[in-house]
Amino acid sequence: MLTTALILLPIAGALVVAAFPLPRTATAGLAFLVALMEVGLWIVAASRFDFDDGGLQLGTSRGWVESLGISYSVGFYGFSLWLTGAAVVVSAAAIGYALWIGRDRPRAYHALMLFLTGAVVATFAAQDLLLFYVSFEAMLIPLYVLVGVWGGARRMAATLAFVVYTMAGSLLMLAAVVAFGVTQGTFSLADSGTSDNVWIFLGFAIAFAVKAPLFPFHGWLPLAYREAPVEVSAVLSGIVSKTAIYGFLRIAIPKFPEPADDLAVLVLILAGAGLVYGSLLAFRAADLRGIVAYSSMAQMGLITLGIFAFDDLGLDGAVLQSVNHALISASMFLLVGMVERRCGTGELDALGGMARGRPVLATVLLVAGMIALAVPGSATFAGEFLIMAGVYDQGWGYAAIVALGIVLAAMYVLRLISAVLHVRPGSAVRDEALDLRPGELALVLPMVACLLVLSFWPALISESAFPGDAPAKVLAEGFR
Amino acid sequence: MIETPNVDWLALSPTLALLGASAVALLVAVLIPEWMRRGVAAGAAFLGFVLAAVLAGVVYYDTAIPEALLSNSMYRDRLAALAAVVLAVIGAVVVLVSWAERRRDNHGEYYALLAAAGAGMVFFVGAGNLMTLFLGLEWFSISLYVLVALDTDRATSLEAGLKYLIVGGFGSAVLLFGSALVYGATGELGFSQIAAAEAGDDAFLVAGLAMILAGLAFKVSAAPFHMWTPDVYQGAPTSVTAFMSAATKTAALVLTLRLLVTAFPEESEIWTVAVAVIASVSMVWGNLAALAQRDVKRLLAYSSIAQAGFMLIGIAAYSERGGEALLYYLVVYSAMSVGAFAVVAVRERELAKPVTLEGLAGLGWERPLYGVALWVFMLGFAGFPLTGGIFAKLFVFSAAYDAGDWWLVLLGVAATAVSLAYYLNVVRWLYMRTAPGTPLVAVGGSPPNDPAVGVAVAACTAVTVGSFFVVQPILDLASEAIDSLPF
Repeated sequence: MLTTALILLPIAGALVVAAFPLPRTATAGLAFLVALMEVGLWIVAASRFDFDDGGLQLGTSRGWVESLGISYSVGFYGFSLWLTGAAVVVSAAAIGYALWIGRDRPRAYHALMLFLTGAVVATFAAQDLLLFYVSFEAMLIPLYVLVGVWGGARRMAATLAFVVYTMAGSLLMLAAVVAFGVTQGTFSLADSGTSDNVWIFLGFAIAFAVKAPLFPFHGWLPLAYREAPVEVSAVLSGIVSKTAIYGFLRIAIPKFPEPADDLAVLVLILAGAGLVYGSLLAFRAADLRGIVAYSSMAQMGLITLGIFAFDDLGLDGAVLQSVNHALISASMFLLVGMVERRCGTGELDALGGMARGRPVLATVLLVAGMIALAVPGSATFAGEFLIMAGVYDQGWGYAAIVALGIVLAAMYVLRLISAVLHVRPGSAVRDEALDLRPGELALVLPMVACLLVLSFWPALISESAFPGDAPAKVLAEGFR
Repeated sequence: MIETPNVDWLALSPTLALLGASAVALLVAVLIPEWMRRGVAAGAAFLGFVLAAVLAGVVYYDTAIPEALLSNSMYRDRLAALAAVVLAVIGAVVVLVSWAERRRDNHGEYYALLAAAGAGMVFFVGAGNLMTLFLGLEWFSISLYVLVALDTDRATSLEAGLKYLIVGGFGSAVLLFGSALVYGATGELGFSQIAAAEAGDDAFLVAGLAMILAGLAFKVSAAPFHMWTPDVYQGAPTSVTAFMSAATKTAALVLTLRLLVTAFPEESEIWTVAVAVIASVSMVWGNLAALAQRDVKRLLAYSSIAQAGFMLIGIAAYSERGGEALLYYLVVYSAMSVGAFAVVAVRERELAKPVTLEGLAGLGWERPLYGVALWVFMLGFAGFPLTGGIFAKLFVFSAAYDAGDWWLVLLGVAATAVSLAYYLNVVRWLYMRTAPGTPLVAVGGSPPNDPAVGVAVAACTAVTVGSFFVVQPILDLASEAIDSLPF
């Protein structure tokens, strides 16, 4: 019941927001209120969740299409609950940002954002393969319109690339879902067994690789992240990419143990390549959004390294890093948005020297940046260290690549901070550009605060993510 | 006393109701004063369709065991009854869509022909032998030929009617010749009797089967027998297009399934491959051609060719699961198709000219409910979640995979991927005006709010979205219907 409420609340909110002709601020405020209620509902769910048990909880199951074995089955594991938590927090921040800056056509905009939130929560909660596919696809519907209508100058090209890549992957997944469901006789994740068909595994894996995105399926990333409205980019990089992680953890690996094992080395190499390539591109990017976008790609490569290490440390680290990345990349995107609004551009050449006279902006950006580059002591460092330790068993080369990734992250984050804050004011920076306002601070601070809490207590997530805190075993046994 | 044959009036009642409605509507043209003609004719047609739907429903519930009627020339079974219900509901919705069509006269003829076409289709799906099949086919086809040409003041309408007549006549002739060959090979006309004759691989039989299949594929508008579809759909009055796209396909596909399964079970190895090939060609050709279209009715026509390809996969699977998938797909597809053409009709009446993609620009903001409805229909065609379209595709793909045709599944998935380009393009035009600052003036004047079309579109949207949530009941009905076939 609680899980269904978590899914339906944003969707109901979307319908109400779309239908009622309230004035602009009231609509946006209502949407923000619904988003906050969703966070509250998640807190209730988390309080009812028994983290020691860690098995499937808060679950419901109802028949949907009995003749094919499709059911409406939802529920949470530890890691999906944490991912959902990150998702609702990021979503609330994004809707709050839209409220703050005032988007055009607020009814449609906020309805679509809320609908997207509902679809994402449904993806994390889905315990039936078709329900998972449906929610995975349903995320595309609002994203298409959000980027296409409210996006930047090149939004048409961005939506085209985004849709083509995502749908290609998703339709492969449809074929895989059909094949798996028909051969197993049921679509329920709990009731179906495993398969050793590598083609079906690839259908899922490629779909998730496109969504994350992983090298070399990342072609849609630069355009989409640059042209989407900044809070939609925050949602894309923070939450939507994590649905791919959930897919890997809950479906691709447990249901296809042998193909996953056989292809693990290939995935590890591609993920490592993505980490290094993304970091290098981030370092070379000429605009703020480019840096954050490519860093997102690099981090997803890192998380995937942790997953395919098939090791307790690596898996725990991957889940922890997923939550971290959701929060930090959303914060970074929102901060970048705030800077862009003040200066009219995100080009690094035109920025600089914003620290003078803007202590709040400088502090927040610096703290966020430090967390993003995984300074020792931060939650992100804990995640990266766990991943590095986990992947070492697969080969010391992978651990070396993670270390290289950490160094590169430091390079591009410091470049970003320095280019925005330091030396002399850039051509686009005017003296009248204000410091961070209390409203803007209120959007970013909660996420940074969560990260600081996690920095002191990373075990909160890493030790409660999987049943019995034995992730490798749980995955190998297919969550039975 | 002369022995009167035992006539099952209940089984024939849907057809008779529609014939009665057609007769009343036709008399309207001569007996009713001009200002009342549209109302009375439309009312008669609407009542006829509703009555036919109710009677067909009664027949459905009353028919637990299929039986043959009238010397085995027709069947009374749940498949015919379910198809009749779907056809009648399509007809009723199309009457609502046609209400505000700008037509100076010929109201009585229009609704009479619509009801007559409906009657022919209801008769057609119950056909039990090759003669009744041909009779039903010609019955509704001729009604449709005239309906397509009914906008006599538009050259495209007349041209479309002529094209449909010529090509359709050719298709019917091919079908008739094929029936003759089958009769020559087996000595039987009835479907079950043809199967019982066990002619095996007789060359006449196979040739006849191929020609019958070609004739039916004409009606289904499956490639490569689809050449008439884009021109006819584009030229016909939009409500007639809506009717054709949904009802003709329903009737033709249901009958194709019945014919192939009942009459040609032994030749199944041949016709499953043939139908699979036709399905593949339809999916590929329809989708690729639709990418290039600017006129929305033409785009939807090619899309319907591709959708016919998807539905034919259900027949190619040759299983009960495939038949159920086909019936479910028909329900959802009919709703989406009629609804999409209805929205196009609304825009056409507003602009007073044919609707191109540019003509749709901004419709989503100007008329939000119609915009959302068209968005839902496009998503449904593409097989997106929250519409029944996803289950429709899932079921046909599952049936194909179950039958071992995994390559059809891959092709279907690839075709869906390609189709997204033009479906999402329509959504794009609805909501993202790429030519900023060019406001679209409603040339036909600000159109009066037309509640009839609104109700029709709302009903179609409700079915499209509802069939996503309420799946099992539809599947149960389909399953009962498919049980009447000898799988």
